[in-house]
Amino acid sequence: MPRSVPRATQDIPTEPAAVAERATPFVEFLDVCKSYDGDTLAVAHVDLRIAKGEFVTFLGPSGSGKTTSLMMLAGFEAPTDGDIRLAGRSVRHTPPHQRNIGMVFQNYALFPHMTVAQNIGFPLSVRGVKREEIARRVERALALVRLDGLGHRRPSELSGGQQQRVAVARAVVFDPDLVLMDEPLGALDKQLREQLQLEIKHIHANLGVTIVYVTHDQSEALTLSDRIAVFKDGAIQQIGSAVEIYERPATSFVAQFIGESNRLDGAVEARDGDRCVVRVDGALTVRAVPVAVGDVGSRTTLSIRPEHVVIDPTDGHWDNVVPARLENLIYHGDHARAQFRLAGGHAFTVKISNPRHAGAFAVGVDVRLAWRATDCRALDPLAPSTTPSS
Amino acid sequence: MAGALVAPLLLFLAVNFLLPIALMLFRSVDDPDVRAIMPQTTAALAMWDGRDLPPATVATLMIGELDAARGGADLSRAANRLNYDINGFRSLLLKTARNLPAPGDGDALQALVAVDPRWGQTKTWAAIKRAAGPLTGFFLLGALDLKQSASGDIQSVGAERAIFVKVLGRTLWIGFWVTVLCLALGYPVAYLLATASSRIANLLMILVLLPFWTSLLVRTTAWVVLLQKDGPVNGLLHGIGLIDEPLRLIFNRVGVYVAITHVLLPFMILPLYSVMKGIGPTTMRAAVSLGAHPFLAFARVYLPQTVPGITAGTLLVFISALGYYVTPALIGGADDQMLSTFIAFYTNETTNWGMAGALGGILLVITALLYAVYGRLAGRAGPGWA
Repeated sequence: MPRSVPRATQDIPTEPAAVAERATPFVEFLDVCKSYDGDTLAVAHVDLRIAKGEFVTFLGPSGSGKTTSLMMLAGFEAPTDGDIRLAGRSVRHTPPHQRNIGMVFQNYALFPHMTVAQNIGFPLSVRGVKREEIARRVERALALVRLDGLGHRRPSELSGGQQQRVAVARAVVFDPDLVLMDEPLGALDKQLREQLQLEIKHIHANLGVTIVYVTHDQSEALTLSDRIAVFKDGAIQQIGSAVEIYERPATSFVAQFIGESNRLDGAVEARDGDRCVVRVDGALTVRAVPVAVGDVGSRTTLSIRPEHVVIDPTDGHWDNVVPARLENLIYHGDHARAQFRLAGGHAFTVKISNPRHAGAFAVGVDVRLAWRATDCRALDPLAPSTTPSS
Repeated sequence: MAGALVAPLLLFLAVNFLLPIALMLFRSVDDPDVRAIMPQTTAALAMWDGRDLPPATVATLMIGELDAARGGADLSRAANRLNYDINGFRSLLLKTARNLPAPGDGDALQALVAVDPRWGQTKTWAAIKRAAGPLTGFFLLGALDLKQSASGDIQSVGAERAIFVKVLGRTLWIGFWVTVLCLALGYPVAYLLATASSRIANLLMILVLLPFWTSLLVRTTAWVVLLQKDGPVNGLLHGIGLIDEPLRLIFNRVGVYVAITHVLLPFMILPLYSVMKGIGPTTMRAAVSLGAHPFLAFARVYLPQTVPGITAGTLLVFISALGYYVTPALIGGADDQMLSTFIAFYTNETTNWGMAGALGGILLVITALLYAVYGRLAGRAGPGWA
């Protein structure tokens, strides 16, 4: 199966951003905890370093602590424990308006009583910038977000996408050190969202500004970020580049949350260095990479991406070959999705990247599914799934 | 279909609201009483220039018409109307009607002067000329402390009779301060209501609405109890050592301000609340994150967004305050009575509908003007505001 993604060795960060992080951390979360009731932690021991100019996304489901972390960075919430540093200095006692951070909110948060130009000029005017200088920089910011000539309009006269562009322009016009974006594209439709993602990426590249971006949309995170921090229950599950997060998930949660993943529950039968054998419930033995598993006998959940599975391989050596029956085939245009039932009774999805080949398969046909041990990661055991696996 | 559905309400409004207003306004210019008994006299007086005494022919006409009207209810009504203009005119007219000189007995005017010397003064005749009707500006002018002289010029009624301009000024002044107090007290409460957690907000809302549902009379008399010389407020101030002598809090302006402000506070809080509820907390956060000190963010971002609520609230409170009369009547002193007190006086005590209508008309005009200004302000704010 041809793949363009580089096959790096396990869990060693190779991306330049990760290297830069160690050199000059610009934003530092040092063991930050936040509790609202003094009992449960909304943010639990978050440790994170962000380099200058980096685009880092906090990704996670709602209530995972990603927005709370962002608000602590902005200064609207105070950490219960730990410290946050900006450019090496603790911001514990710096009120939000003195942090020099631009912020973009999900609901745009434009000032309805001001024109677009007044909105964008607001951060400059509160900083005492001269009128002509404000006009000049507002013009430049409007051009940056491709809204030239709309400065005299009121926000209510603009579309949702245009309003969010104004919000972005307002957040960068005063050359802040850091721009925070709290689900900025959440209220927009899919097409507009993708277009604005590209524009935000473009603005990031143009201005070289550091951006911390919060979203629950994993494809948005993969598209935009230098690095992604995956949040769950207040803690960071994994932090790394899009490739690392997607190809080498460190936990079952990350594997399930980012993209699509086939899941097989079982117990470790044998373990030898960078390979292990897992007996999947229902009489099936699978060779996998041990990532987050205990000794022989401990429970584990295997994760296999649907695009890493080959149907009826004709060549090469495959670590795992399992008989399966096709139950359903769905055509998606650029790819097709085949749903199989494995010999052990598990449901299993395979992505067929060239859907014209899919026509050869008929529902009910028996095939062999094959995947490499390196594409099959033995992770922490998930609670028994609700989907039937006989 | 839609028209049929709103028809009952429209009918109700027309009969109970628009028609009475129109009738009251008409009363302020309608002046038929004197003309009813003296059509020829008033017609003849219309030609009189008002400088010297009118010619004897006019007196002859009046004697004839008074004779015809003697003993009827119309005479009494006309006498009342003339009495509004000059005190004592009622008894003059009734006395004259009782002792009418015989027609053709020499100079009729001299004969009248013989009955009462006041018939020898031009101002007596001028009063009849002013009351000639059928429509006159007498009541409207009177409501502005003005009168028409015998020769037709408009002049002040004189310092000793002038009262309504002062009362009108006082009414506007009280309305202004009540509005300021309501805004100062209501704005923070509305903000709290709009931003507090729903549990606290609900409780606060009940506290705001509870007095709203209580009878105006009950609330006003409650203030009498609270503010009196030996009342709890004075007791408390004395108890904590702030004052030695009890403060005079009632039957003066202080009491009026306190009571009207209390009664009208919900009218300020509710429109402010509804506007503030629509302002997301993120605009303030955005302003602060963009570098504005919280005070600056409030002044430049929050406050301007609440302007529609401020305008609606101040308008409601001010206009309502202008019409207050129970509260000043119960809590105020003689110098705290507002225009409505006089409207009530003319309606209930003297049944001078013309004066009541004229004073009411002036209040209505002021209210309409204020509303027009509000419309302009709200309209200019443009989209995204109201």
